[in-house]
Amino acid sequence: MATDEYRGANRWKRFSDWDERALRLDNFAVEDAENGFAAFKGANDPSPGLTVENGRVTSMDGVAEADFDMIDLFIARYHIDPEAAKQAMAMPSEQAARMLVDMNVPRAEMVRLAHGMTPAKLAEVVAHLNAMEIAFAYSKMRARRTPGNQGHVTNAKDDPLQLAADAATAVAFGFDEIETTMRVSRNAWSNALACCVGAAVGRAGTLFQCSSEEAEELQIGMAGFTSYAETVSVYGTEKAFIDGDDTPWSKAWLAAAYASRGIKMRCTSGAASELLMGFHEAKSLLYLEARCLCLQRAMGSQGTQNGGIDGAPLAASMPGGVRELMAENLLAVWLDLECASGNDARSSESEIRIGAKILPFLLAGSDFICSGFGTILKYDNSFNPSLFNGEELEEFLVLQRDFEADGGLTPGEETRVLELRRRAVDALSAVFEELGLAAPDARMKASVVAASGSDETESYLPRDVAPISEAIKERGISVVDVIRALHKRGFVEEAENLLFLVKLRVSGDYLQTSAIVREGRVIGAINDPNDYSGPGSGYRLSEERRRELCNIRDVLDREEVLRGAAVHRTAEAARIAYRDMGPAGKGGDAKEVVIGISPAFGLQLYQTLAGHSLSRVLAKMIAGIEEAGAKARIVRFRHTGDTSFLGLSAAHLAGSGVGIGIQAKGTAVIHQKDRLPHNNLELFSNAPITRLEHYRKLGANAATYALGEMPDPVVVPTRGEAMGARYHARVALIYAIETGLTSEGAAPEDVTVEFKESAT
Amino acid sequence: MSESKLGIADYPLAERRPELVRGRRGKGLADLTLDEVLSGEVEMEDLRITPDALLQQAEIARDANRATLAGNFERASEMADLPQEFIMEVYELLRPGRAPDKTALEAAAARLRDDYGAERLAQFVEEAAEVYERRGLFTFRF
Repeated sequence: MATDEYRGANRWKRFSDWDERALRLDNFAVEDAENGFAAFKGANDPSPGLTVENGRVTSMDGVAEADFDMIDLFIARYHIDPEAAKQAMAMPSEQAARMLVDMNVPRAEMVRLAHGMTPAKLAEVVAHLNAMEIAFAYSKMRARRTPGNQGHVTNAKDDPLQLAADAATAVAFGFDEIETTMRVSRNAWSNALACCVGAAVGRAGTLFQCSSEEAEELQIGMAGFTSYAETVSVYGTEKAFIDGDDTPWSKAWLAAAYASRGIKMRCTSGAASELLMGFHEAKSLLYLEARCLCLQRAMGSQGTQNGGIDGAPLAASMPGGVRELMAENLLAVWLDLECASGNDARSSESEIRIGAKILPFLLAGSDFICSGFGTILKYDNSFNPSLFNGEELEEFLVLQRDFEADGGLTPGEETRVLELRRRAVDALSAVFEELGLAAPDARMKASVVAASGSDETESYLPRDVAPISEAIKERGISVVDVIRALHKRGFVEEAENLLFLVKLRVSGDYLQTSAIVREGRVIGAINDPNDYSGPGSGYRLSEERRRELCNIRDVLDREEVLRGAAVHRTAEAARIAYRDMGPAGKGGDAKEVVIGISPAFGLQLYQTLAGHSLSRVLAKMIAGIEEAGAKARIVRFRHTGDTSFLGLSAAHLAGSGVGIGIQAKGTAVIHQKDRLPHNNLELFSNAPITRLEHYRKLGANAATYALGEMPDPVVVPTRGEAMGARYHARVALIYAIETGLTSEGAAPEDVTVEFKESAT
Repeated sequence: MSESKLGIADYPLAERRPELVRGRRGKGLADLTLDEVLSGEVEMEDLRITPDALLQQAEIARDANRATLAGNFERASEMADLPQEFIMEVYELLRPGRAPDKTALEAAAARLRDDYGAERLAQFVEEAAEVYERRGLFTFRF
């Protein structure tokens, strides 16, 4: 029977615990190369190969020219540099991989070689690198030296007031580019105008795009509302491309069309899009993406948004999938493309996987760490939730500070952000009124300024937005009309900022690779080139930038802790009076327990970390001692602030040989005179969770030891709180106050206390 | 256009060679001010990129070893003067299955060449026509 009962358990309950973790919501898929589930090694991945006759590519990656599909054709004609190919294709892939991580091989040399490599060759080379090497190579190969970031600004109602407020907020947090899209496609013009106005609040130069249907997106760009586009998607197989309703020629046409309107443009591609579309040809994610990237370069796109994008969650379901996403970003920068490096669609429900996913890019830097950081709350993201969202933005800011790594964002001061949101809402309202588009009332505006997300707003709904959007389109309203309206209503700075942005398109400087605007200047791969060649080179934080990154909110300093303590001084004075009674000697009463208090106890510090006033803690301990039949004496020590030594010193003075040591922050110990300092009877080390009742029991147990008996040790239950993270900065500052009051060899003093209120 | 080729030392043009930067109606950067916008002197047309500016950026891109990007800017420079409707019409024709056969694309190429002098674009569309025929893209899709 006993055996049967023993076998009765059919599960270790930890698995049930694990079942409850958010991680278990994630799908994981088995590697299945025949069916397209392979990150690096597809069943049909070709071996690298290239033949060039008289400057013409006659076979590539095992396919003869006559059999080229349209992607092969485009790559062969426009991507392959036959001169570079001779050396690049002959080079062993492992050697090229080593050169990628060799800081002594210049970026330009690697770029030249990449332009002579076929997709299969490029994929084979980066497959030799482990994740750490990929991240390192990425930091060396990315085009622009200064890292940046891009964010989504959308909401579930297509509410223009909220778009304006959130655009201004994103600008305040430092995004170099913001992008919007709609819940309802006919709201495109309203979304564009609203974000355009919001992004002009606070500073000039944040680029903006409105992701919509191609023809409409171009029209919106021509009206001057947007300054960039990244909706030009390409795919790695011909059939997926055709189902995407385009060809390399139609996409290249579109790329030129954007440039011809002075609009910055990058392509989009990424792992697993072919798999999602059902045409993967049993080829690996990486090989197909290598084709996409060669094609983008061939088309003359200055850059790409890649690294999974919509396919990232599917890629992350495969073994090595996340490493593959990193590898494809590396391919992009190796090919000399600007890279908005994914970290876009939320690829996991596990916050640990999310944090791990972002880290290599944060450390390596990227033209845009995220090709869509959700600056708004997850439910307001009309693209889909991002890897990082409004909810987690502060975590990203702290990661920047932790690693002293520039992720392109800057902490925003609370009152400043609120002020900018109000300004953006007022500016857009003024434009709406001036142009006769709408007249938002005060209640709508107030709800938007304060709202974290659209659930909290009482503003426009999608059906209210449609007529506004249609009017903007039908009446041919342009950014020039908006600039005039802003100025007329006193928003001069915003009018200037908007004009600055539109003027960028006249020179076209920002059409070049990796261009962004910082402090009123276009910087990019040409005038801010990544010159990494080892420690001390490449991008380094300036002192000023470091200060910005470190300036997160609610940081403690000594003054803050002292101020916090001082708040309780008056209240404690009303509860307790300490009176020094002169030097303390050894007690004669065998029932005496000495409570040894620390130098700052009740003099500069008045509360334990758990927030209990020291008068009440002391009263509880005395009550506990007396209830158990012993007597309490209080002695203040000034030679030490250490709990163990306080306790042992108290024990030496106590008639019973048992003493309590307690610091002002509430850490306490029961000690006995013949023990070693750190070998105590009971230790109460978790002050933040030690309650008054525990201090009473502590006193009682000390008394019980004093009377020669053995009590049940007090257990202060913990639920695994990260005490160090929650308290140690404060603890160190508080303890410094204690140690600041110690003096070597200072004699103990008897203290009597007078309680001015009930001890319980 | 300047006599000698522009290079990376001239970038950004708005900073390094502002005298070369002109809007559609000949206004220089210094003329594109808020006051001029308010007075109606500056209109949207003055804030559009010119074919020349795109050729200048192409020269810079080529000097930065970005020949394919330069090629895109060169195509764009031919496109800058095309009417928006015509650009979108050709884009639509280039999408798979839109043209029933290659004659529609060839006709578009002829218009690009004859009406707009857009030789690069014409060749590009002709190239597409040849590839589409080879790959059987002139098929009914919807």
